[in-house]
Amino acid sequence: MQHFYFDHNATTPVDPEVLETVVSCLGQVYGNASSIHHFGQAAKQRLEAARRQVATLINASASEIVFTSGGTEANNLAILGLSRASSAAPKHVITCAIEHPAVLSPAKQLGAEGCEITCLRVPSSGIVSPEDIRRALRPETVLVSIMHANNELGTLQPIAEIARIAHQAGAALHVDGVQALGKLPVDVQSLGVDLYSMSGHKLYAPKGVGALYMRKGTRLAPIMYGGHHERDRRPGTENVPGIAAFGAAAELAARCMAEDTERLAMLRDRLENAVLDRIPGTGVNGSRWNRLPNTTNIYFDGIDGEAMVIALDLRGFAVSTGAACSSGALSPSHVLKAIGLSDLRARASMRFSLGRANTAAHVDSLVEAIGASVAHLRRISVHA
Amino acid sequence: MPESPIAVAMSGGVDSSTVAAMLVRDGRTVVGMTMQLWNQRRLPELASAEGGAPSGSGRCCSLDDVYDARRVAEQIGIPYYVVNFERQFEEHVVKPFVEEYLAGRTPIPCTLCNNYIKFDRFLEMADSVGAHYMATGHYARVRLDPASGRYQLLRAVDESKDQTYFLFGLTQAQLARTLFPLGELHKPEVRDIARSMRLAVASKGDSQEICFVPNGDYAAFMDAYLKEKGVTVERTSGEIVTTEGRTLGHHEGVHHFTVGQRKGLGIATGEPLYVIATDPASQRVTVGGNDDLQSSRFVAKQVNWISIAGLAPGATVRAQVKIRNKHAAAPATLSGTADADRVEVRFLHPQRAITPGQGAVFYDGEITLGGGWIE
Repeated sequence: MQHFYFDHNATTPVDPEVLETVVSCLGQVYGNASSIHHFGQAAKQRLEAARRQVATLINASASEIVFTSGGTEANNLAILGLSRASSAAPKHVITCAIEHPAVLSPAKQLGAEGCEITCLRVPSSGIVSPEDIRRALRPETVLVSIMHANNELGTLQPIAEIARIAHQAGAALHVDGVQALGKLPVDVQSLGVDLYSMSGHKLYAPKGVGALYMRKGTRLAPIMYGGHHERDRRPGTENVPGIAAFGAAAELAARCMAEDTERLAMLRDRLENAVLDRIPGTGVNGSRWNRLPNTTNIYFDGIDGEAMVIALDLRGFAVSTGAACSSGALSPSHVLKAIGLSDLRARASMRFSLGRANTAAHVDSLVEAIGASVAHLRRISVHA
Repeated sequence: MPESPIAVAMSGGVDSSTVAAMLVRDGRTVVGMTMQLWNQRRLPELASAEGGAPSGSGRCCSLDDVYDARRVAEQIGIPYYVVNFERQFEEHVVKPFVEEYLAGRTPIPCTLCNNYIKFDRFLEMADSVGAHYMATGHYARVRLDPASGRYQLLRAVDESKDQTYFLFGLTQAQLARTLFPLGELHKPEVRDIARSMRLAVASKGDSQEICFVPNGDYAAFMDAYLKEKGVTVERTSGEIVTTEGRTLGHHEGVHHFTVGQRKGLGIATGEPLYVIATDPASQRVTVGGNDDLQSSRFVAKQVNWISIAGLAPGATVRAQVKIRNKHAAAPATLSGTADADRVEVRFLHPQRAITPGQGAVFYDGEITLGGGWIE
């Protein structure tokens, strides 16, 4: 059976061009980037070239990029590092209810360490209100952490406005940009962010590499100890093949952005419109405007999302719902509940996230499969 | 899809793994699914003494078991999923379990799990993925009786593993879609098959009975669960009295006691004492000698009939009745009552510790007639 992938917000396949970089790096550039000899220098060159490529994608300087093991580590470094570097007492941090667990969990940890945490509610649009942030700010607020694009809804947050508000109050702004990077133009200068988290595998690079943008002058306490790598900001021998791949993927993203954005938005709308037209009892969760071009989150009243993910997988279509827990089972999405969906509707919702390899023909067969699955599930369901 | 696939409930143990492997060997299309029923890290008080969350295999939904099931699925080349029924499990199994205990009865969650989760939610999930049949690793047999047109539930060929006691709640509709491939086999044969197919779980130990209660410590589980729920149970401590009403001592809560229990009374007397009854209303635990535990009559409620359609009021039928899993079915007469859901059971000889809340299952030889809950 042929399998089609519609879960690009979970992860993306490694682009062939990026793969070439990984393979050549793994095969030939085996030096330790900290070594002074020829081999070390070759590795260092790849490392710094990648740093420039990633910096260019977000309009930063290379020296402001710290490579990490991925988005989760970047978020941890930003949130724990910034708060712990501040000598203020008491300390206050603001975040919101639709953040990824890689933001919510470190914030919770800060709470356990005595920091005050405000977790803002988010309206049904899935877009945080800058006014709510203004109201939550206090003199002791050291950090505001708001995501750029939500992973489940695709909704975009008004980052530039939030940055102005946070800075007026003397707080730094961290943005989890993991889902936005590569899907829409990101300019950290015009957005005015202080910290911006990125992950390679969401833009066709391999897993295990990410980065944190740190505006020049931002102070972070380290969260790991061990060496002087990354200008004393992140110890550990650099993952040169992964980082080089991230760099190549960043360059590729910049090159393909305009075309990808337009094509994916067209395909996403084709999918969304077909589902909404043909299947009664469906609707889009969150705002349909101010959204990533590749993402749609749709509810199908009367069905169990978990059953539908399995049914679609057995028909060859990979989609997702909620968040996977450690066993691989699904638990209801905290994002959908945060924007006010009932438990029932949250469990009846599915996320479709498109990517470069998807075509209109794939989308049409996905729509067919969704229609058949929903009809079947509604026919048999007694529990929905 | 060419042929309706069979959904196999895979626990990660040797039995259900072998079922999946046998069906694949026989050329059937199989989908493996593991039910995530309970989060073992949820009640931190119950963490094992070695430290950390309880994670040993044989426990409900431990990550080790999911790992094992996934590995078997990979080995035999079937699609595999973990499905989350935690919400339903808590509502239909854990909550009633706790409530029954607090009400002075001794519940059997495995039967509730079979009735409301395994043969209900799971069957529905099977339907969802286009599987008409489900298969499990239970030791029992299902047979369509041409004469009556009813699906019969038969005891397993391996008497020592027979699980029909826990399956008395199954309806005709559920039985019609259920396969128990192990019912015709003895456990050592199952292990042989698993070994011959080189399943990774071939020599894994058997699981314990009540999967979500670590070490069988019900009282500790209930204390932790009620604490998490923020429920303060009124002090259920009270008196320990004899059948004549003489006070022998005090206890710390009626839910720590079950009928027939001998240990943990904290009373030293000449002859052994047993719990005869618990009464949450008066918070009394009544104790007595072994003879006081003997009884020959009870009423079974919420009776589900399997191999026969029912029993008219006043009608009687001879049967062998089992009043707990380890009880040897004893000869009795069943009498229909005016209430179709209730059956009066009279044993030929008195039986020890007929315990309210336990299941009573009626047999005619190897055929399961039906069963109900001891009132």
